[in-house]
Amino acid sequence: MKKLIVSTAVAASIASVSSVASADEITLGVFLGLTGPIESLVANMAPAAEEAVNEVNASGKLLGGTTVQAIRADTTCVDAAAATAAIERLITSENVRGVVGGDCSGVTTAALTNVAKPNGMVMISPSATSPALSTIEDDGLFFRTAPSDARQGVVMTEIIMERGIKEVALTYTNNDYGKGLADAFQAAYEAAGGSVTISAAHEDGKADYSAEVGALASAGGEALVVAGYIDQGGKGIIQSSLDTDAFDTFVLPDGMVGDALPEAIGPDLNGSFGQAPGTDSEGAGKLVEMANGYDATSPFAAESYDAAALIMLAMQAAGSTDPQKYKDSVMDVANAPGEKILPGELGKALEILASGGDIDYVGASNVELIGAGESAGNYREIEIKDGALSTVRYR
Amino acid sequence: MDNILNALALMANFVFVPAIAYGSQLALGALGVTIVFGILRFSNFAHGDTMALGTMCTILITWWFQSMGISFGPLPTALLALPFAIVICSAFVLVSDRVVYRFYRKQKADPVIYLIASVGVMFVFNGIVRFIIGPDDQNFADGERFIIKAREFKRLTGLSEGISIKVSQGITVVTMIVVVALLFWFLNKTRTGKSMRAYSDNEDLALLSGINPDKVVAVTWIIAAALATIAGTLYGLDKSFKPFTYFQLLLPIFAAAIVGGLGNPLGAIAGGFVIAFSEILVTYAYKKFAGYLMPEDWKADGLIQLLSTDYKFAVSFVILLLVLLFRPTGIFKGTGV
Repeated sequence: MKKLIVSTAVAASIASVSSVASADEITLGVFLGLTGPIESLVANMAPAAEEAVNEVNASGKLLGGTTVQAIRADTTCVDAAAATAAIERLITSENVRGVVGGDCSGVTTAALTNVAKPNGMVMISPSATSPALSTIEDDGLFFRTAPSDARQGVVMTEIIMERGIKEVALTYTNNDYGKGLADAFQAAYEAAGGSVTISAAHEDGKADYSAEVGALASAGGEALVVAGYIDQGGKGIIQSSLDTDAFDTFVLPDGMVGDALPEAIGPDLNGSFGQAPGTDSEGAGKLVEMANGYDATSPFAAESYDAAALIMLAMQAAGSTDPQKYKDSVMDVANAPGEKILPGELGKALEILASGGDIDYVGASNVELIGAGESAGNYREIEIKDGALSTVRYR
Repeated sequence: MDNILNALALMANFVFVPAIAYGSQLALGALGVTIVFGILRFSNFAHGDTMALGTMCTILITWWFQSMGISFGPLPTALLALPFAIVICSAFVLVSDRVVYRFYRKQKADPVIYLIASVGVMFVFNGIVRFIIGPDDQNFADGERFIIKAREFKRLTGLSEGISIKVSQGITVVTMIVVVALLFWFLNKTRTGKSMRAYSDNEDLALLSGINPDKVVAVTWIIAAALATIAGTLYGLDKSFKPFTYFQLLLPIFAAAIVGGLGNPLGAIAGGFVIAFSEILVTYAYKKFAGYLMPEDWKADGLIQLLSTDYKFAVSFVILLLVLLFRPTGIFKGTGV
């Protein structure tokens, strides 16, 4: 062990000495919606990404002392034409070697297919969650540190299956969120051997859900999955189901998880369960401690830090800043095996990679890339006991 | 035998009980519309929001009673608040008549002008309600929740299907019967009621025989406001109070009034139940029901559902169309539209 440390140190020092001559500066795009509907989130996402860059620069260990300069560009979140022009500028005139972003699914898709893919540029998005991005043609260039919305369907399937429930009825709020989640869940659940007796939409804001519940009850099932909203139709469906004794166990996805539900419904809800995004990872806490001048608990801030860190670590692992070369290293540095890396340990990680070691980047958001390079996500499994939400475990 | 009882219990729980309660609420709403149409001769689009306004008064008074510790035992406190709410709601409606409709009455305006004016009143009422109580759900039900719970029913009878009846559903039906009886007694037996019917039949003749038109109009509005407040409160107790849902109720209420025959009180009641039952019967999935009655090997894979529940409101539209096409005066002979 001692020998290893010594040799690592020697190797690292050799690397850093030899690099002084070749030290140069590269640029990294921070391609987020600085204006537009999520500008308040981006106010914390962009500094988090730049924090990773500063940390790497301070360590001076990236590819023998290469320094990185982060350059911001605006996706606008909603305007695909503006986003396409912005990433075009990053790649052709700023000559970036990687892009952290985009943020919203629509502009990310446009930027990827129109500009990044033809130019062979790696993009790691911290916040695009559309399931469509899982299957997009990306030449292995696109990754995301945020989970696909479809992922929750898989997690929910696991939780239901573990409880031995093989047959459920499914109702969803009639919008993109509800429909997307319901479809993802149904596909995952049926693939796992479960059966969905009915998949019926409900409208929010109605006073009366007895007709909907009548249809659900007739279809039957051991539990009712309610992909709705806690203060809207979801609550009405549950109340009406309990009143008519149609179902007594409910599965609650993220839109339904909150203290308001057991308060409103009462003891009849005990025994129902579900999941919502959440993590107890120590990396998140570390980033909060490190955060300087921004709020690291803000949504997608941790994912932004991780996206920037992954790009630079992959460059180090591949020994090149060429996107075509380091794109294949992204999955390696993000996943096991290797030494676990938390925020604030990027210098250590670069050192290990330089000496030919292996790392498992955990980061602030518990990064685990699955499938076509997207985060597995972290979910808090909850159960309602004694009229209150209780955490079963994190998964 | 058990299977047949189970099938009946199933239908009772998911179809008959909710449909009877909903039908009663629609019937009360449609009665208000039909009385205004019969006597004042225009379609009052503000009726849905008058219901919301009346319910809001009930809710505010209920909260006040609750804060003073007044309760009605196992029954909801809202029933105690109802008479006061009716008075306040009537006042609002009489003011709206004074400042809006009276002007058009003097002009002897066309019914369609009244109708458009009532749309304006609807928006004003809507705004008042949202301004005072907000657009959110309000819960004001208290007292016992159930007359019988499904689980108790199962335990008592040993059947595998339960029937649950909520207190609010029981109150709805009882109140509806009492209110309708009172209304018919009033219209048929009292002097004022008779003069209202005379005014409805032939305005000029009624005026010639010395009937005071102002009084007839005022009484009509008070009855309409009372019916709206009662219907709205019962709906809110049974389901939930949210101003926007009362606006949406306008369609099934008008469908009920037109199907029964506009201007005919008996028709309004029948229409309310026709609409409620068809909305629920057409969108119910009969899979389980058939499962009890059919032999085992005939079991259906599908849900046996005619229409998805999304199309619930479309049912009112279709019935409305069919009635207007084939029997424009409604099931019972109304004044016609």
